[in-house]
Amino acid sequence: MSSRKSKSNSLIHTECLSQVQRILRERFCRQSPHSNLFGVQVQYKHLSELLKRTALHGESNSVLIIGPRGSGKTMLINHALKELMEIEEVSENVLQVHLNGLLQINDKIALKEITRQLNLENVVGDKVFGSFAENLSFLLEALKKGDRTSSCPVIFILDEFDLFAHHKNQTLLYNLFDISQSAQTPIAVIGLTCRLDILELLEKRVKSRFSHRQIHLMNSFGFPQYVKIFKEQLSLPAEFPDKVFAEKWNENVQYLSEDRSVQEVLQKHFNISKNLRSLHMLLMLALNRVTASHPFMTAVDLMEASQLCSMDSKANIVHGLSVLEICLIIAMKHLNDIYEEEPFNFQMVYNEFQKFVQRKAHSVYNFEKPVVMKAFEHLQQLELIKPMERTSGNSQREYQLMKLLLDNTQIMNALQKYPNCPTDVRQWATSSLSWL
Amino acid sequence: MAHYPTRLKTRKTYSWVGRPLLDRKLHYQTYREMCVKTEGCSTEIHIQIGQFVLIEGDDDENPYVAKLLELFEDDSDPPPKKRARVQWFVRFCEVPACKRHLLGRKPGAQEIFWYDYPACDSNINAETIIGLVRVIPLAPKDVVPTNLKNEKTLFVKLSWNEKKFRPLSSELFAELNKPQESAAKCQKPVRAKSKSAESPSWTPAEHVAKRIESRHSASKSRQTPTHPLTPRARKRLELGNLGNPQMSQQTSCASLDSPGRIKRKVAFSEITSPSKRSQPDKLQTLSPALKAPEKTRETGLSYTEDDKKASPEHRIILRTRIAASKTIDIREERTLTPISGGQRSSVVPSVILKPENIKKRDAKEAKAQNEATSTPHRIRRKSSVLTMNRIRQQLRFLGNSKSDQEEKEILPAAEISDSSSDEEEASTPPLPRRAPRTVSRNLRSSLKSSLHTLTKVPKKSLKPRTPRCAAPQIRSRSLAAQEPASVLEEARLRLHVSAVPESLPCREQEFQDIYNFVESKLLDHTGGCMYISGVPGTGKTATVHEVIRCLQQAAQANDVPPFQYIEVNGMKLTEPHQVYVQILQKLTGQKATANHAAELLAKQFCTRGSPQETTVLLVDELDLLWTHKQDIMYNLFDWPTHKEARLVVLAIANTMDLPERIMMNRVSSRLGLTRMCFQPYTYSQLQQILRSRLKHLKAFEDDAIQLVARKVAALSGDARRCLDICRRATEICEFSQQKPDSPGLVTIAHSMEAVDEMFSSSYITAIKNSSVLEQSFLRAILAEFRRSGLEEATFQQIYSQHVALCRMEGLPYPTMSETMAVCSHLGSCRLLLVEPSRNDLLLRVRLNVSQDDVLYALKDE
Repeated sequence: MSSRKSKSNSLIHTECLSQVQRILRERFCRQSPHSNLFGVQVQYKHLSELLKRTALHGESNSVLIIGPRGSGKTMLINHALKELMEIEEVSENVLQVHLNGLLQINDKIALKEITRQLNLENVVGDKVFGSFAENLSFLLEALKKGDRTSSCPVIFILDEFDLFAHHKNQTLLYNLFDISQSAQTPIAVIGLTCRLDILELLEKRVKSRFSHRQIHLMNSFGFPQYVKIFKEQLSLPAEFPDKVFAEKWNENVQYLSEDRSVQEVLQKHFNISKNLRSLHMLLMLALNRVTASHPFMTAVDLMEASQLCSMDSKANIVHGLSVLEICLIIAMKHLNDIYEEEPFNFQMVYNEFQKFVQRKAHSVYNFEKPVVMKAFEHLQQLELIKPMERTSGNSQREYQLMKLLLDNTQIMNALQKYPNCPTDVRQWATSSLSWL
Repeated sequence: MAHYPTRLKTRKTYSWVGRPLLDRKLHYQTYREMCVKTEGCSTEIHIQIGQFVLIEGDDDENPYVAKLLELFEDDSDPPPKKRARVQWFVRFCEVPACKRHLLGRKPGAQEIFWYDYPACDSNINAETIIGLVRVIPLAPKDVVPTNLKNEKTLFVKLSWNEKKFRPLSSELFAELNKPQESAAKCQKPVRAKSKSAESPSWTPAEHVAKRIESRHSASKSRQTPTHPLTPRARKRLELGNLGNPQMSQQTSCASLDSPGRIKRKVAFSEITSPSKRSQPDKLQTLSPALKAPEKTRETGLSYTEDDKKASPEHRIILRTRIAASKTIDIREERTLTPISGGQRSSVVPSVILKPENIKKRDAKEAKAQNEATSTPHRIRRKSSVLTMNRIRQQLRFLGNSKSDQEEKEILPAAEISDSSSDEEEASTPPLPRRAPRTVSRNLRSSLKSSLHTLTKVPKKSLKPRTPRCAAPQIRSRSLAAQEPASVLEEARLRLHVSAVPESLPCREQEFQDIYNFVESKLLDHTGGCMYISGVPGTGKTATVHEVIRCLQQAAQANDVPPFQYIEVNGMKLTEPHQVYVQILQKLTGQKATANHAAELLAKQFCTRGSPQETTVLLVDELDLLWTHKQDIMYNLFDWPTHKEARLVVLAIANTMDLPERIMMNRVSSRLGLTRMCFQPYTYSQLQQILRSRLKHLKAFEDDAIQLVARKVAALSGDARRCLDICRRATEICEFSQQKPDSPGLVTIAHSMEAVDEMFSSSYITAIKNSSVLEQSFLRAILAEFRRSGLEEATFQQIYSQHVALCRMEGLPYPTMSETMAVCSHLGSCRLLLVEPSRNDLLLRVRLNVSQDDVLYALKDE
């Protein structure tokens, strides 16, 4: 009877767990506008007031939202727009145009996209017809026709704003800002960027037309808030179907946040980056370890996830190399030591390797030159070594100058963990003179 | 609304009164007065410059209203034509339906709007003038008299520029008032005389009653498309003349004391209008646009087929506001005969036009023109303008008294014919009104020559005024925008860069210089170039716009010859050669490829063609038009040097030495040395600009304005910046206010905060808010720079420093991947300048901030 009970319990758990995982993964991967804002109330108020004035009063505006990656710029604007659209008078009166510098890589594409999203007269189906010049004059005329009181305000959201500044002549930005500073259709231009020097990118005429409003998002929270965010992100919502499980889960999360080792993990993470995406990454990895037999997250899960996160990727590659390749890397390290970071070529590495094999080692087979060459090329493919740019021309492969992309400490650390490493190779690595 | 009998079955002869004033430069003869004689009843109307006239259009109940500015004879083509230049007014029903809501109130039944649309052609055929009308300008505070029964009086209160309704500017208001007053002065003695000549029982009220009677009958009349002035029209004119002096006296004294103004006017209207206007009539006028299509079909008895066949070109012609041609006259007569079959033929005063009649009339016209003697050529210099005006006034006075004399003599005849025509009209069934005019006025200029040959009557309703068929437009909002509620909101509205100020303070000198330059070119009928430079935000474009606006007003007032204004902006082009396409399109409405457009423009400007009006071309952001061959700049500056081109080019760019720096010698030589530089605004100028915008609005402390002005003047002198900061300051003030209804004043603290927000660099806060590892990476960079003595280091070098630093501070060992992530994060914020990360260990790193700033930011913890 007890076994049956536990079985049914685990069944419930699997169901609940898959739901938990779905909810939390959604939260971590998607920047849903449902999540709470924290620490940006002032900026949020500024932005939403500005949008409201455009929507209700028809006042043109331009603003840049500046903040490092993962600081919540998109979330801020999404929140503000969502709130704006909930106002009844606004929802039908406002047009939105979303552009992204990574998608609209030049003004031509951007113009077509704007025309399409505004659904102007030259849009047929989903296509925009006409040449670039026609589209521009068409759009400008359309925007010029309107005036403050009678036209629908248009909100332009330019993601990756800095990339628009690289378009030829900054035609699009000039025109958008010019409209925002003249008595035409009311528009709000909102640029999102992570570059702090964005104003220097703008051409002087464009810059003059920009209103110089900047909203900075700086991740200005401290560690206590970070822990709070951690808790908030991991807790289940109140509307979770299985109340009992949700309560238990949330209790566990509360317990975790007070655990010392968890706090250490979080502190380390916080020290590296205040970016919330990296926190999401950590939580995602930890969440994946939750199974039916292991229904609640533990400190160990988080620690292992953290280890996965902070893994050195190159050291991992080195772990998978053959002994010959390791030997070549060691030879390169010695060359670097001797010639003080000067570039080397295959021949030099081969000679160094030969010295080691002939003088001392018996554990390493004396490979033929083509075989060594092959190993060398494999290293190049793995980008552990990199050819010098200038000499890529017609020189023979053996004499092409290379540079090692591994630091000495990295090599030594990797060797420590390298499985079944021959002792003399390890000795050779510590000193090039060890065979004497 | 009254029917204005426009094309009755009599024909009219138009002749000049007074000696022509020949202007050699303008290539035509101008006149002060025109006399319209109606066949059959020997009545005459005298129409003078400055009076308001009705002009026949396609809606006969609402003929076009305009102010006569100039009368002249166009003899460029063999049969000389009588032409007139007018300033248009629009009726509310002529405003496109989609823009009517802009008025925001119900229009007065007799309200018209000053048509402030420079692109509209003001050059009309003088023979389309129907008669005179009274137009009374109202001050912005006045209420448009609504239930006024005197329908021959129209009121103008606002101006309409196809975008918005605006109150009449004070100069305009004065200008509208003036001619009537002067006319009143001239007519005063005459009025006394004519009154004495009349039977003593004729009181003004009786006059009006008579006239209204005639108007009622007129509303039922079927309009026939002939030019002649009917007896009825004659009668109306006569009454108008009688009423005029009284009325204008009223207005002139009313304008002196404003409080009692409205009352008095209303009282006056009650005297003059005994009959009530019927309500349904009004409704009908309000919705003609809706009914128009069906109605035209109904009316179009014989010419619907023609219309269908009409080619696009013809359609363009159709939309123009011109007198129906003689051919159509005849045809319409024929179509009408069955309808008016019940008329008593004895009283029909109209003469059915036959080819012989036309010929006769032509001959008569020619004779009249031959009679016009040519005065010695005058050169129209500014100095001579005054004298000329004096001469004009003299002439007008003479002509006036003479015409009034004539009117008096022929009065009885008019009465008789009036009554007969009344009866006739009563017998004709009321016909559906025509579609309101939806004409593209811009097109008329190109159609001068086709005026007399065209064979169509405008029927197309609801055409957009722009020549383009697909007028692009952003959807209009369903809910009107909110108006500013508080003082701060009002201030914010006024401080917005887009708010167009009435005048541009602190640019008077530049304004005067540009104005004089363009004006002199216009008066001399020559071309020229001017180069205007200045840093952004110093009011270059705004000043030029202001100049053009003033010149357009002057052109309307006939002080300078009319001109065409074209504006192109280098930044609004996708490619420099597109400038040709844009100019051509704005000049002629044609579309062409860039190369073809260049050819056409060259042909237009460089070949000896028919006399045209001067073109003023504003080229904004000139430097964007630079090409390797510089052919565009060359052409732009070469065209004005041709004698026939009559092109004035105003080029605007930012750099003062642009001609020397980027132009070839042959281009800069053609640009010439007429240059002007807009200096950045000084702090006192900026202060003045802000004050003038915030006039009568207590929103800012004086010190707050001064602070902003000084800060901006020290940095850039950019007026836009100044306005933006003040706008932001009002917002900050509003935020900081707890009670929303308290009248807050923007203090110095608020503007300080706004200034800081806009100008302070964010690097230091960014560093302060970065993570521990990022900060230690920055320290490592500083350490590495200090070690090597260079301002650049590879990632590998910094990494070893970083590891050492971390060890010292007790931080966990940073792996290479983590450090790389930190580095690229800092790089993406542009705190560091880094090479692309494919260089990995070897990528070079630089600081984008000064080392001192970094040290300061890191130390402050």
